[in-house]
Amino acid sequence: MQSTAHDFKDNAHAALADPNLQDSLAKLKVGFSERRRQAAERLPEFEALRDRARDIKDHALANLDFYLEEFERKVTGVGGHVHWAPTAEDARRIIADLCRSVGARTIAKSKSMVSEEIALNDHLEALGIAPIETDLGEYIIQLRHEPPSHIIAPAVHLTKDQVADTFLEHHAKLGFTRRLTERNDLVAEARHVLRQKFIDADVGLTGANFLVAETGSSMLVTNEGNADLSNTLPKMHIVLASIEKVIPTLEDAAVLLRVLARSATGQESSAYTTLNTGPKRPGDLDGPEHYHVVILDNGRSSVLGTEMQDMLRCIRCGACMNHCPVYGAIGGHAYGWVYPGPIGAVLTPQLLGVEEASNLPNASTFCGRCESVCPVRIPLPGLMRHWREREFERHLTPRAVRQGLALWSFIARRPRLYKSLTGLANRMLALFGRADGRYATLPLAGGWTRFRDFPAPQPGGTFHAQWKRRRP
Amino acid sequence: MSDAPDQANRATILNGIRRSLHRGELSGAQRQVVEARLAEPPRGPMVARANLPQPDKVALFCQWAEANNATVARVAATDVASEVASYLARNNLPAEAAMAPGPALDGFDWASQKMLALRRGRGEGSDHVSITGAFAGIAETGTLVTASGPEHPVTLNLLPDTHIVVLREADIVGGYEDVWVRLRARYGKDRMPRTVNTITGPSRTGDIEQTIELGAHGPRRMHIVVVRE
Repeated sequence: MQSTAHDFKDNAHAALADPNLQDSLAKLKVGFSERRRQAAERLPEFEALRDRARDIKDHALANLDFYLEEFERKVTGVGGHVHWAPTAEDARRIIADLCRSVGARTIAKSKSMVSEEIALNDHLEALGIAPIETDLGEYIIQLRHEPPSHIIAPAVHLTKDQVADTFLEHHAKLGFTRRLTERNDLVAEARHVLRQKFIDADVGLTGANFLVAETGSSMLVTNEGNADLSNTLPKMHIVLASIEKVIPTLEDAAVLLRVLARSATGQESSAYTTLNTGPKRPGDLDGPEHYHVVILDNGRSSVLGTEMQDMLRCIRCGACMNHCPVYGAIGGHAYGWVYPGPIGAVLTPQLLGVEEASNLPNASTFCGRCESVCPVRIPLPGLMRHWREREFERHLTPRAVRQGLALWSFIARRPRLYKSLTGLANRMLALFGRADGRYATLPLAGGWTRFRDFPAPQPGGTFHAQWKRRRP
Repeated sequence: MSDAPDQANRATILNGIRRSLHRGELSGAQRQVVEARLAEPPRGPMVARANLPQPDKVALFCQWAEANNATVARVAATDVASEVASYLARNNLPAEAAMAPGPALDGFDWASQKMLALRRGRGEGSDHVSITGAFAGIAETGTLVTASGPEHPVTLNLLPDTHIVVLREADIVGGYEDVWVRLRARYGKDRMPRTVNTITGPSRTGDIEQTIELGAHGPRRMHIVVVRE
């Protein structure tokens, strides 16, 4: 998809003013995060599992070439094919060629963020191949021509009424002319419409949550069963996965599955976890005749061995965005690309460049909730700080901010000056009146006080002055 | 389909990884360590809640399956067929079903249910009900495991509105790790059937306002008949 990450500030302003979005986000704050907390509390081993999950991914990354080759060997051994795509363009070409090799007119797609990353749908449509998104959330936003706003709940920004309007608009021509008001009716209608699409599709394309090197299996975790229909009914199954999805063994998968569902939705287990290993076997009554795995790099290998490598541990559960106060205020679209929230603020500058995405790592208060819930313990605030430093080095920071920081650093490095100026500021603020304990307006702080009050300094002088008095 | 550009792309990615990791292809002692880990996969932290005597494992399985919106009936082998017929009648479902072709389900007294019309084969879009066995049940989460093959077409797990699963008590294990052990024993180390489905309750979605609705694309109802031994 086309990035609008450079417009982050405007996007965020628009998001704050969108009442439907704010309604939807209000539900998010109490939904996923509370369910995750309960699921984590039900499993005493949860923290130990997170440690092991982190170690497994670190081990896989340190030996990534070995495990990818092992995975390839196993897939080839059962009659499947592995394709290597260094860039998004390579992946698009490989997938288009595969689709054309079976004369595909439509493909049933199960939710794949990597396919969003490489803008696959636009490419296929231009070639006359119709991709049909089958995850309910992805299907809704495909009808609305919108990008996903969350990596596991792509339509989380929409209300039920918006979905009802969209279905009426697009399903009326199929004979569904009644505007629905109940969620279960909306789900049933989408099920009915999509069932025929599964049956008609020539190719099924899925992502993968993990690639298991030991057995050459791709592992898919869903709740709807759409990925399973996608990999069972069409004559060709294509798996699109990025290089860091490979893990060593089934035992490792067991650990990662235990933290994935609980972190994502607070479920003990997702409804469907599926291991696919190659095409239909002799005697099988169903399954695809052709099985292909497309492995995408798209800049990831260059992150290995750097201080940013930790971002490659991500298992795409979405917990960081579910717990982020910034994501909770503006939703996913404001981030402007495929991966929103804290992980997006770390991945997007890597994949698209600091110039495009320099605002994203700044959209954080560094409150640390994302790191505290990450199932593979990615130090997200630390990685965002890294990007802020790169942004500053490259002089991408706005002039006013740079000058402000330069002034502050000049003062902060001169303790006597710092003390006298902060003392002066403290007394000045007192002059504006501290009786209320807060200011509704304050000179030079209009940007702050437009949306909230500025807290007044409490009596007793500056921190330095109080420290001097109280120190034993 | 491994054409020349594929081979060049493969080298680009693998060499890129090795360059970033400041080493060549894994060799010597380093390689042995990784190969040993692959040959003898280490287990993660043990989850205590499923580490139980077999009868308690069965009870835990049933408890979690029901918590995940499946229904469970525990019956003797002689009563499996009548339980299936009765379930269909209780839920006003048609007395006809697509049934897995394999011998696993042959031992039950289907002939006793004169009204029940059974078709052995894969699942079709028009099927309302399917009946299958299961490779295993996972007590930790109430999860069913099925392995694809001529005896168990995957479509039976997915296409019908109602999926009835006959699971023997002896096939209920603690966690995923116990399933891997059984898969390796059945299919060989490193070998897998085309598809292993692990299924926890009926199909569901939370994609509209984060509220769970059952029956997104797969079965709306799952009924598990646990066979007492």
